[in-house]
Amino acid sequence: MDTALFEFCLRMGDNTLVLGHRVSEWCGHAPVLEEDIALANTALDLIGQTQFWLGLAGEVEGKGRDADTLAFRRDAWDFRSVLLVEQPNGDFGQTMMRQFLFDAWQSLMLDRLKDSSDVRVKAIAEKASKEVAYHLDRSRDTVVGLGDGTAESHSRMQAALDKLYPYVGELFGADEIDAEIAERGIAPLPADLRGAYDALIADIMAEATLTIPDSRWTHTGGRDGTRHSEHLGHMLTEMQWLQRAYPDARW
Amino acid sequence: MYAQMVKSTGKGVKSREEMTEEERHFQDRVDADEKIEPKDWMPEGYRKTLIRQIAQHAHSEVVGQLPEGNWITRAPTLERKAILLAKVQDEAGHGLYLYCAAETLGISRDELTEKLLDGSMKYSSIFNYPTLNWADIGAVGWLVDGAAIMNQVPLQRTSYGPYSRAMIRICKEESFHQRQGYDIMMKMAKGTPEQKRMAQDAMNRFWYPALMMFGPSDKDSVHSAQSMAWKIKINTNDELRQKFVDQTVPQAEYLGLTIPDPDLKWNEETGHYDFSEPDWSEFYEVLKGNGPCNTERLEARRKAWDDGAWVRDGLMAHAEKRAARRTAAE
Amino acid sequence: MSKEWPLWEVFIRGQHGMSHRHVGSLHAPDAEMAIKNARDVYTRRNEGVSIWVVEAKHIAASSPSEKGPLYEPSESKVYRHPTFFDIPDDVGAM
Repeated sequence: MDTALFEFCLRMGDNTLVLGHRVSEWCGHAPVLEEDIALANTALDLIGQTQFWLGLAGEVEGKGRDADTLAFRRDAWDFRSVLLVEQPNGDFGQTMMRQFLFDAWQSLMLDRLKDSSDVRVKAIAEKASKEVAYHLDRSRDTVVGLGDGTAESHSRMQAALDKLYPYVGELFGADEIDAEIAERGIAPLPADLRGAYDALIADIMAEATLTIPDSRWTHTGGRDGTRHSEHLGHMLTEMQWLQRAYPDARW
Repeated sequence: MYAQMVKSTGKGVKSREEMTEEERHFQDRVDADEKIEPKDWMPEGYRKTLIRQIAQHAHSEVVGQLPEGNWITRAPTLERKAILLAKVQDEAGHGLYLYCAAETLGISRDELTEKLLDGSMKYSSIFNYPTLNWADIGAVGWLVDGAAIMNQVPLQRTSYGPYSRAMIRICKEESFHQRQGYDIMMKMAKGTPEQKRMAQDAMNRFWYPALMMFGPSDKDSVHSAQSMAWKIKINTNDELRQKFVDQTVPQAEYLGLTIPDPDLKWNEETGHYDFSEPDWSEFYEVLKGNGPCNTERLEARRKAWDDGAWVRDGLMAHAEKRAARRTAAE
Repeated sequence: MSKEWPLWEVFIRGQHGMSHRHVGSLHAPDAEMAIKNARDVYTRRNEGVSIWVVEAKHIAASSPSEKGPLYEPSESKVYRHPTFFDIPDDVGAM
C-alpha cells in the first residue's frame, strides 16, 4: 500500500470532515438568515471535499473501505485532522476566525496541488480550490468586518485570534510523510507555504485592526494522530453513533 | 398549515353594496386574477391579514430548521448529511424569501422576529414535535413537507404578487424535499428490523401532528371566507386534509407501514378515505405553548438572535465606517 | 433593537447573453456583502452568472395610479408589431 499517499489523503480529508461537521452545527442557529445560509454552503463544500479525499484514501488503501467507512468507523487515534479544526465553534467570531485561519492555509495548499504529480489529487484540487477561494473571500471579509466593527466585536475577535493562533503552526508541520509526498511531487512541503500564509494573515489582521500574538509556539498532535484534542472524541461520539449502534444497517 | 388559524380582520365578507368604490375596484382585480402589488391600494384588513399569514409562514420555515437540524450532526452517511444540510438550508432560504414578501407590506424583518420571540406571532404547531430517530427525518420530509406542499402549490396563485412569487420559488425548491424524505423511508422500511421499527415509530408519532397542520375545520369560519374572497387562502382546511390523506395512504402501504388509525378505510361512495380526526385539544395546547418542544424551539431562536446581536451590529458598524472613509477620500 | 441591515434588491443574469432579472431581496450591511449574500441565497442551484444588487430605497418606481397614462397609449400603436403587416408567402422569410 502507498502509505504516504494514504496518510496525505486522510490529512486533507479529515480536516474537511471535521471542519465541515463543526460548521454544520450552526445550521439554524446563526446570527442572521443570510449567514445561516452562507455557512451551510461552506459546510456543504467541505463535506463534498471530504467525499473526494476520503474516497481517494480508500482507493489508495485498497481494502474496500469507502469514504463513509473511513468517516464513520475509525476511532479518534486514526484521524489525521489538525487540532485547529477540532476546536469547538465558540461564538460566531471564533467560528469565523477558525474558518479564516484554515481557509487561508487550504487555499494556498490547493493552489499548489493543482500542479500535483498525481492526477487524482490534481483533479480534487481543481474543483475544491474554486470553492475555497470563495470561503476565504467570505471569512476574510467577516474577520475584517467584525475586527473593525464595534468595540465589542473587536474584543471578541481579538480573543478568538489569541485563542486559535497557537493552533496555526501545526498546519505547517513536517515529518517523513510530508517529505516523501513532496519528494514525489504530490504536494508541497507544508513549511513552504508559511511565508505566503504569514503575509496574508498579517495583511488581513492589520485591516481588521487585530494583533497577531508574538509567539509562534504551537500545539501539535492532530495531523499525526499522536494526541488529538478531547473535543474530537466527543464529536465522533455524536457523528458515529448511528453507524456504530446499527452496524448492519444501510441508510 | 404553516400558517394556521390566521384570523382576518373585520366581521366577514362585505357585500358589494357595503364596499367603498376603492374596495370594489380592489375586489374586481382580485376576482379577475390580477396580482396586487405593494404600491397598489389595498384594504387595511388585507394588508394586516397578509402580514400575519406570511410572517407565520416565514417563522415556521425558520423554526422548522430546528427539528431537522437536530439530526445533521448524526446523519448516517456523508451523502445523507449533505442532503439534509442542503434541505434545512433551503428552509432558511424560504424563511428569508417570505420575510422579504412581508416586508413589502410595511413591516421590517427585525420587527417580525421580535414578534416571534415575544410570542405575539406564532409558527406551525408541527415544529413543536421532537425528532427522535433517523426515520423521523424521513417522516418529516415525506409527511410534513408533503402536507406543506398541499397548501403551497395553490398559494402560488395567491392574489398578492410578492407572496405569489415567493411561493413559486419555494415550490420549485421544495420539490426535492418530499422525495428525499420518502427515499429515507424506503431505505428504512426495507432495512433491518431495527430500521423498520424506527420507520413505524416515526409514522406513529407524525401522522396526527401532520393532519393537524391543516388546522381545524374552517368550513364555517368567517375569517376563512374573507381570506378566500381575497385569494390569500385558496382551499378549505378540510379539502386539503382529505387530499393529503388520499395521497398518503397508498404511499404508506407501499412502505408496508401501518397508519395509526384503526378507522381509516376507503369509502367507495365518496371516492375518498375515511379517517379519524386528530385530537384537537392537543392542537390547541401546542398552540398555547404546551407542545413537547415549544420551550426548546423558542429558546433556540432567542439564543441565536441574542447571541447574534453583536455580530449584526459589528458588521453594520464596519460598513458605516467604510462608507464614511470612502466619502472622506472622495 | 439595534440598527437593522438595509434591504437590497437582487438581480441575476441567469445565462450569458440574457438580461438581469429581479429574483428577490435580502439584508446586508453593505453592497459587497449583499453580493456575497446574493450568491449564497439566490444561486444555490446554479442559477446565475452575474449578480447586481441595489439598495431597495434607491429604486424609483412608477406610481400605480398612473398606469393608464403610462401604458395604455402604446396599446393603440399596433403598427409597431411585425404581425401588423401582411407580406405574401411568396416573398419568403422576412
